Amino acid sequence: MKMVTAIIKPFVLEDVKGALERLGVLGMTVSEVQGYGRQKGHTEVYRGAEYSVDFVPKVRIEVVTDDSAADKVVDAIAETARTGKIGDGKVWVTPVETVVRVRTGERGADAL
Amino acid sequence: MTPVELDSGNTAWILTSAALVLLMTPGLALFYGGQARSKNVLNMMMMVFGTLATVGVLWVLFGYSVAFGTDVGAGLLGNPVEFFGLSSMLTPEAQTDGLPDLAFVAFQGMFAILTTGLIAGAAADRMKFNTWMVFTLLWATLVYFPVAHWVFDLDNGWIAAGLGALDFAGGTAVHINAGVAALVLCIFLGKRRGWPREAMRPHNLTMVMLGAGMLWFGWFGFNAGSAGSAGWEASYAFVNTIAATAAAIVGWLIVEQIRDGKPTSLGAASGIVAGLVAITPACASVSPIGAMIIGVIAGVACAYAVGLKFKLGFDDSFDVVGVHLVGGVIGTLMIGLLATEVAPDGANGLFYGGGFSQLGIQAIAALAVIVYCAVVTAIIVGILKATMGLRIDDDSEATGIDEGEHAESGYDFSSLRGGSSLGSSHSALSAPTQVSATAGKES
Repeated sequence: MKMVTAIIKPFVLEDVKGALERLGVLGMTVSEVQGYGRQKGHTEVYRGAEYSVDFVPKVRIEVVTDDSAADKVVDAIAETARTGKIGDGKVWVTPVETVVRVRTGERGADAL
Repeated sequence: MTPVELDSGNTAWILTSAALVLLMTPGLALFYGGQARSKNVLNMMMMVFGTLATVGVLWVLFGYSVAFGTDVGAGLLGNPVEFFGLSSMLTPEAQTDGLPDLAFVAFQGMFAILTTGLIAGAAADRMKFNTWMVFTLLWATLVYFPVAHWVFDLDNGWIAAGLGALDFAGGTAVHINAGVAALVLCIFLGKRRGWPREAMRPHNLTMVMLGAGMLWFGWFGFNAGSAGSAGWEASYAFVNTIAATAAAIVGWLIVEQIRDGKPTSLGAASGIVAGLVAITPACASVSPIGAMIIGVIAGVACAYAVGLKFKLGFDDSFDVVGVHLVGGVIGTLMIGLLATEVAPDGANGLFYGGGFSQLGIQAIAALAVIVYCAVVTAIIVGILKATMGLRIDDDSEATGIDEGEHAESGYDFSSLRGGSSLGSSHSALSAPTQVSATAGKES
């Protein structure tokens, strides 16, 4: 099994969620996060005093999936989240040893 | 004085105005509270609300008497025991020109509360709450009540009657006074940890804008209520309170557009307050065009003045000096230029052929309040620093003063606190270990 983690722009979340649902992905975890990459932050001005805001708001999506579906999930996220402008985010894949469904105790791929 | 029939119209307007001015205090709490960081919002609002308690009590006990009692000499002070507890004025005959004296007591009491509350904006995030409460008691007693006598006792006060300065609703007694006190207090307090290196952004600008709107609304009572009646003079002050404030927003936003590239919501809210401050002394002495000139100058000047603290290194957190002291001085002095005899509280200023005399009088009035307030506030704060201490400890300041001084937090957005054992639990219903959360505060 694989864990697909994606950092995307907040306003593309609904589109990405739709694309993953069409792929048959049954669940995901979403969190609001802050960070920066090459995009860096931005500047805000309060009563003439400039503040540099280093961390930009992003959304992190985590999806655990079968090995076979991982590439499709990655592609779906990358294509949907792409605006072509700097700051579109990243997607990466990590191996997952096991998964347990808390309610039933099922393990492995059955628990997805 | 021969008893006259009560004027119900005037009485209704002054009581309404008193309630409007009361609303300025919670408005100010929102205005300052929104500019604080989220971990400090409650303390900021409590400092302002605290003056409702302390100064409200003092006003009834002896504050009114010091400000408006029979003059003890030279226009410096009213007799502090004459109206102690207000008990000597509890008859229907206690009225002046058809207005019950108690209505005037209520109206002026709200001024004392608001003026003291204004100072809190300079002391954000770092002052012991108990020391602040004692400070408000001492400052109102030793600074505000006497200065209110100078400026607002039109028959006896040395600035109003002796000098002949025009200060309709308190450019000197309220705004210059609070601004100077704020400067002295924040110098004695010292800077917040990390200021100005660390970004201390306002946590809720919608609160700031709501607060500014409430201040403007209440300010109609402040300025138009200062007419003491419900007629032409009140309407005159009312319209100037619109004209100057509108122009001040324009002035502040133009500075931001040119200097910073973007007009901001904090700038609009600040422009409102700057315009209101500057027109306060002048609202019944200048024409509406004059009011707009005062407003736009205050908006532009204050937009620049709020940057002074970074150059000079005093942590006047929410710009009480840059807005109230600077705006108050501008309004007070510009009466000397723009006052016109056509206005209800008029005299001819420099631009209306009156020469420099009124301008000189206005400058003396402003300077007298600045010097008196600076000296007495420094003595009060110096004594408090040596006895009670001014600053909370570094840990409390880092964690947030809300938790350290009030054991509360302004916002509960974390779902972890909604029911999981990781969050809070009721100390009365759980093991004694929970008590440690409060025990730490005392040590």
